[in-house]
Amino acid sequence: MSDLETFRKDARAWLEENCPAEMRDGAGGEENICWGGRNWEFQSEAQKTWLNRMAEKGWTVPAWPKEYGGGSLSKEEVKVLKSEMRDMKARSPLESFGIWMLAPALLKYGTHEQKLHFMPPIARGEIRWCQGYSEPNAGSDLASLQCKCEDKDDHWLVNGQKVWTSYADESDWIFCLVRTDPKATKHNGISFLLIDMAAQGVSTKPIKLISGKSPFCETFFDDVKVPKEHASGIAAIVGDLNRGWDVAKYLLTHEREMISAGGGGLFGGRGMGEIAASEIGLEGGRLADPMLRGKIAQAEIDGWAFLLTLERMKDEAKAGQGVGANSSMLKYYGTEFNKRRFELLMDSGGSEALEWEGERTKDGKLARSWLRTKANSIEGGTSEVQLNIIAKRILQLPGA
Amino acid sequence: MALVLTEEQQMLRDSARGFLDEKAPVSALRKLRDTNDETGFSRDLWKEMAEMGWAGILVGEEFGGADFGFVGAGVLAEEMGRTLTASPFLSTSILAATALQKLGGDAQRQEHLPKISAGEAVFALAVDETRKHGPQKTAMKAEKYGNGFKLSGDKTFVADGQVADKIIVAARTAGAPGDAEGLTLFLIDAAAKGVARERTVMVDSRGAARLKFEGVEATGDDVLGEVDGGLAALEGVLNAGRAGLAAEMSGSAQTAFTMTMDYLKERKQFGTEIGAFQALQHRAAHLYSEIELMKSVTLKALQDLDEHYGMAGIICSLAKAKAGEVAKLASQEAVQMHGGIGMTDEFDIGFYMKRIRVAQEMFGDAAFHADRLAAMRGY
Ligand SMILES: Cc1cc2nc3c(=O)[nH]c(=O)nc-3n(C[C@H](O)[C@H](O)[C@H](O)COP(=O)(O)OP(=O)(O)OC[C@H]3O[C@@H](n4cnc5c(N)ncnc54)[C@H](O)[C@@H]3O)c2cc1C
Ligand SMILES: Cc1cc2nc3c(=O)[nH]c(=O)nc-3n(C[C@H](O)[C@H](O)[C@H](O)COP(=O)(O)OP(=O)(O)OC[C@H]3O[C@@H](n4cnc5c(N)ncnc54)[C@H](O)[C@@H]3O)c2cc1C
Repeated sequence: MSDLETFRKDARAWLEENCPAEMRDGAGGEENICWGGRNWEFQSEAQKTWLNRMAEKGWTVPAWPKEYGGGSLSKEEVKVLKSEMRDMKARSPLESFGIWMLAPALLKYGTHEQKLHFMPPIARGEIRWCQGYSEPNAGSDLASLQCKCEDKDDHWLVNGQKVWTSYADESDWIFCLVRTDPKATKHNGISFLLIDMAAQGVSTKPIKLISGKSPFCETFFDDVKVPKEHASGIAAIVGDLNRGWDVAKYLLTHEREMISAGGGGLFGGRGMGEIAASEIGLEGGRLADPMLRGKIAQAEIDGWAFLLTLERMKDEAKAGQGVGANSSMLKYYGTEFNKRRFELLMDSGGSEALEWEGERTKDGKLARSWLRTKANSIEGGTSEVQLNIIAKRILQLPGA
Repeated sequence: MALVLTEEQQMLRDSARGFLDEKAPVSALRKLRDTNDETGFSRDLWKEMAEMGWAGILVGEEFGGADFGFVGAGVLAEEMGRTLTASPFLSTSILAATALQKLGGDAQRQEHLPKISAGEAVFALAVDETRKHGPQKTAMKAEKYGNGFKLSGDKTFVADGQVADKIIVAARTAGAPGDAEGLTLFLIDAAAKGVARERTVMVDSRGAARLKFEGVEATGDDVLGEVDGGLAALEGVLNAGRAGLAAEMSGSAQTAFTMTMDYLKERKQFGTEIGAFQALQHRAAHLYSEIELMKSVTLKALQDLDEHYGMAGIICSLAKAKAGEVAKLASQEAVQMHGGIGMTDEFDIGFYMKRIRVAQEMFGDAAFHADRLAAMRGY
């Protein structure tokens, strides 16, 4: 038996032993995610047990080095672990912005001390992070951000406002883009700063979305004092002073990849055609709504081709052939596709899909999800911005 | 299997590109058209391709072939799509070679495959009878006659049918049009009594024909595969053709796209390169994304044909549908973004639009394959 097969067997045995039965329902969706953090209220005892056991094993973040709270698994082993978990319908024990975004940035730009200090609590689900990038006047044009950060010798003094900060009101810490040199050119005076949300002067105000939920907030900083070192030798700024834009951009590529793959919601689950068939019914072996059938078939073709493209890009990267800016292409196509997919699910759901409250529809689960997908092509950089990046970086068109 | 070309396949691609750029640029197709060439391709060039192992790319080594698999064949088809090379590669080296390799008996393989590898025989596959693809609709009859059969009926849109030495014909030995059962493939000599052919001059300037069969006699030895082998056997061969066409269209679309991007960087209006206008940039970036999707699904179809030939139906439909739509979009955007020049015969882009039109129709357009996919997925 190869090492990988041995690993598969051992991993499966361990998972069978340790994954609580309630965590084997394959439940996805934002409402079933375990985000962790100081304020986290576990859905069930099982959710808590599952997180703790996986964290102890280092398998909430299996690819990270052991010293930072991970499992030090190889890419191949991670793949095997994920496939065994999928096979068992095991839920993901923990998801978070810390895992998706901050940690990759720390791994590349952080000091060893910063990694040792900040990563293990992320891996254990103890500290939940949010992302402070956008401001009222800095959206697509992110580099025009104004949130002020002054050097007061023994601390940084932060004043300003962020907006659209997802889960700011439930998070413990924020990674933030601030302007540390107001005189420098747009991209050159920004720093990447880590701030404790419990600090004096930080406040949040939830914003309600069209889906009826308030997953994001306005975040205010009024004379917030941020120590230059959060603990001895642990700098509050990641990367060099005034070079935060490099960190920000690198992090955005990870965010885009995450949104295009995970957010696409394409993995597992039932196909659109299958769902439509169960909802609308068949006539003569074909979906009873022939126009919808055609649209779904075309969408399935595109969705499939998109998944194969994700796979090909990964394989090309492994073979050292990839184009970096392709993360913009994947973000653009994946999010536009996800919106299209939910439009079709709403079409096949008909009037039943329009219910907003009540047991039968789990409080309008589909309708709310449909509305939520509209943000996919806005968050993490809009579709238009991704198209601009493709035109400039990949196609090298003039003036872009 | 990783969704990338192996080193060997990359080498094949690079050498094919060099060869075709030199020997078979678009101007060669233009010349065939302008001289009303009867054959529709250059026999000398085909001979050279055969010497390089291309004609027998799918043929086993014991029959003089290169045995390079479907990904290898797709690599060549894609490169030929880049330069719009006219050759019997699809009809002979993909369709007939697949049919003979997968369905042929020992005697048939020994007789025909070496000739295919050597570039000595041109084959054509005759399936469609009506203007839209539908192998199941086959009406052509093959009636029992003595120990053999008599074939009667009409075939249309037969690529390279105007010059083929041998024709692989789908005919009905049982059942009625619409039935999946009762179909049989025959290997017929094009010079046989009762075969009449009419060269059809098509929009893409490539060779094709309408064929008429009037009481054409065939023996049991001329049957390819099983009598009443049915749709499944034929579909395998068609799938190979569909993936090959997808690869060809991928090559054509990528070239049309590159030509267009070059033009956007060079043509000036309103005091700047037209590529600086966001209205064009966003369409170009969208098209780029679609082309990437087309490349992935095409490569996957070819890999699946190599790895599980019998189960590649859905993925080949996907590839044919996606490539057809994307290549059409690429050719339309190419003409539009070239402005007035794109409409001229002197400029090559029109040749791409025309060939893509034909390739996307052959063996099922995007609607056909979307329907097929939905049916296979049970809705
Ligand atoms: C659900 C959700 C969660 C989010 N979470 C976070 C978060 O956690 N942290 C955070 O910092 N931010 C977050 N955001 C903010 C998000 O990153 C911004 O909304 C996004 O970058 C767009 O900025 P904007 O809303 O100011 O729109 P604008 O930039 O004002 O854009 C308005 C429109 O103009 C278009 N446009 C702008 N510039 C161009 C151009 N150059 N060319 C063509 N078109 C252009 C845009 O594409 C868009 O269609 C979130 C947003 C959403 C919807
Ligand atoms: C069949 C035919 C008949 C014609 N007959 C006549 C005639 O009788 N008399 C006559 O004078 N002319 C005639 N024309 C010329 C026609 O008016 C021009 O071809 C047309 O105005 C486009 O100009 P162009 O070809 O130089 O393309 P370009 O202007 O170079 O355009 C190339 C591409 O760039 C795009 N583009 C250019 N500027 C912008 C911008 N600011 N923003 C976004 N996109 C832009 C265009 O839309 C196009 O897609 C004819 C053309 C054709 C094809």
